[in-house]
Amino acid sequence: MPLTSFAPFLRGKSAAASVLLLSLGLFPSALTAFPLQATDIPNDGGSRIGLSWRPPPNPPPQWVVLRAQPEKPFAPIDTIGGDQTAFTDETARNGIPYQYRLAALNDATFLSDESPPATARASWFDTAKTNVAVVIALFFALVLYYIAQAERGKKWTFRTIAGLNAIEEAIGRSTEMGKGVLYVPGVQDIDDIQTIASMIILGNVARMAAKYETPLLVPTPSPAVYTVADEVVKGAYSDVGRVDSYRSDQVRYITTEQFAYVAAVKGIMLRDRPAANLLLGAFFAESLLLAETGHEIGAIQIAGTANVHQLPFFVVACDYTLIGEEYYAASAYLSKDARLLGSLKASDTVKILLVITIVVGSVLLSMGHSWLAEFFATQ
Amino acid sequence: MHLSHDVGVWIAALLTLGIFSFLYKDNPAYKLCEHLFVGISAGYYVVLNYYSVVKPNLLDPLFHDFGGDRHYLLLIPLALGILLFSRFFPKGGWLSRWSIALILGVYPALRITGFGQGDFVEQVHGTMLPLWVPGHLGTTIGNWFLIVGLLSTLVFFFFSKEHKGALGGTARLGVYFLMVSFGASYGYTVMARISLLIGRVMFLLHDWLGVLHL
Repeated sequence: MPLTSFAPFLRGKSAAASVLLLSLGLFPSALTAFPLQATDIPNDGGSRIGLSWRPPPNPPPQWVVLRAQPEKPFAPIDTIGGDQTAFTDETARNGIPYQYRLAALNDATFLSDESPPATARASWFDTAKTNVAVVIALFFALVLYYIAQAERGKKWTFRTIAGLNAIEEAIGRSTEMGKGVLYVPGVQDIDDIQTIASMIILGNVARMAAKYETPLLVPTPSPAVYTVADEVVKGAYSDVGRVDSYRSDQVRYITTEQFAYVAAVKGIMLRDRPAANLLLGAFFAESLLLAETGHEIGAIQIAGTANVHQLPFFVVACDYTLIGEEYYAASAYLSKDARLLGSLKASDTVKILLVITIVVGSVLLSMGHSWLAEFFATQ
Repeated sequence: MHLSHDVGVWIAALLTLGIFSFLYKDNPAYKLCEHLFVGISAGYYVVLNYYSVVKPNLLDPLFHDFGGDRHYLLLIPLALGILLFSRFFPKGGWLSRWSIALILGVYPALRITGFGQGDFVEQVHGTMLPLWVPGHLGTTIGNWFLIVGLLSTLVFFFFSKEHKGALGGTARLGVYFLMVSFGASYGYTVMARISLLIGRVMFLLHDWLGVLHL
């Protein structure tokens, strides 16, 4: 970090001391001072303080940002362009009142006043996302309402999804052929919502496989997914009273490297020759590699993902494809669980509200009223 | 032809050919490459995760700055992480479920704000467009396409009713929009994949064999 030629003089010196130094001739007589504002950045997780200033006439090419905490001297934290009028310190520690100064790099004629103390704090509520909170709260209210209805015995009919009906058919086919089922949960870690959805579907698939005593193999791309998948499969075998049929090597961790994982899964397909491949999860560049190899071995293939760019590959290479939300609906369809069916019904209600909102918003915009569109604007 | 004298290039080239041999059929060369790839990458990720996740986020704050910035709270994730290893002990294996339950609960909660904003609220905002833009017929037609396309596609993803009658017709229109977008996406992605293949062939012909001069 380059220092200004006079930065060592500044450390620990107040504005009064700077004036004293100036009077002693340690600073050039043409020193230009200017006010500097420092405030905590709102709506964040803390650790950020924003600086702003009105640049003096003919500012220097570069500024050095100096920072001091109580009882400690000023020290440089960054160098920025001379044309800037704002800076965000992203290295502040929460709860400590900092003061800042700006000094010109290699030029002793510019030095800002000390900023007032500013303390970084984490915000509990991001006011810029109030509209998101309102929409999510509405969705959750609907989900809870429909779950309550489902638990009181309310039944809804849902349209058939061919790909989901085919899952049991595929497992049955594997059973008849005396071959296994390969379940690939995508290549993302457990923090991806698609992987979590895949784990719920895996539970249903494992229950069917256990019931029919069909070998099930689940290669996983991450240790966390392995842990969850193993627990899910073991639980499923236990649910249908076939815990003795569960084998600890049914669920395997392969590797986290995307294409090494794909190479291994392709090898499994060619050597174990499963009769059914279920590719359900988050897939990327490997989607066609897996689906094409599965097609080559003649397995019935059911794929599902919410990654829009991979859907075309699954559509052309698989027997059935669960597109986008069909994939998320799969767990509700397969389990018939009241909570999941309630969520599905709630998401349908939200879609109706969405259609109405978009139509009304567009009509209002056409008439010159933009308040509804502005409500949905996010920063 | 200027064959490379770099051992690393030779190893990479032979492994590339080993992987490409899969195009003929599964064979010992492919198996060797596959096992090398899986083994080395698994080991690499263990080291990578230790130095990029465990050490900077857990061990360094705990052992070098225990009291600072409430780092003692990291003992909680440390304990939860250790519980995951209880799976190795049949009698205490159930303890790992506490950590798994937390993982499965926390991640969707963390993600919902991002999805709610990016995939929901902002999409609604982006689709609210004026149905008539005076003097801009092209923009008006484009807006209609976007709104009709989105609404009909939404109807396709409506599960509570069978797709029959008007609902069925609208859903079918949504399917057409989806298929057109899939077709465009397919072509676009294939182009990207071809460029990956070109990169690999360039490596073989230029870096390894030296028959291609750029």
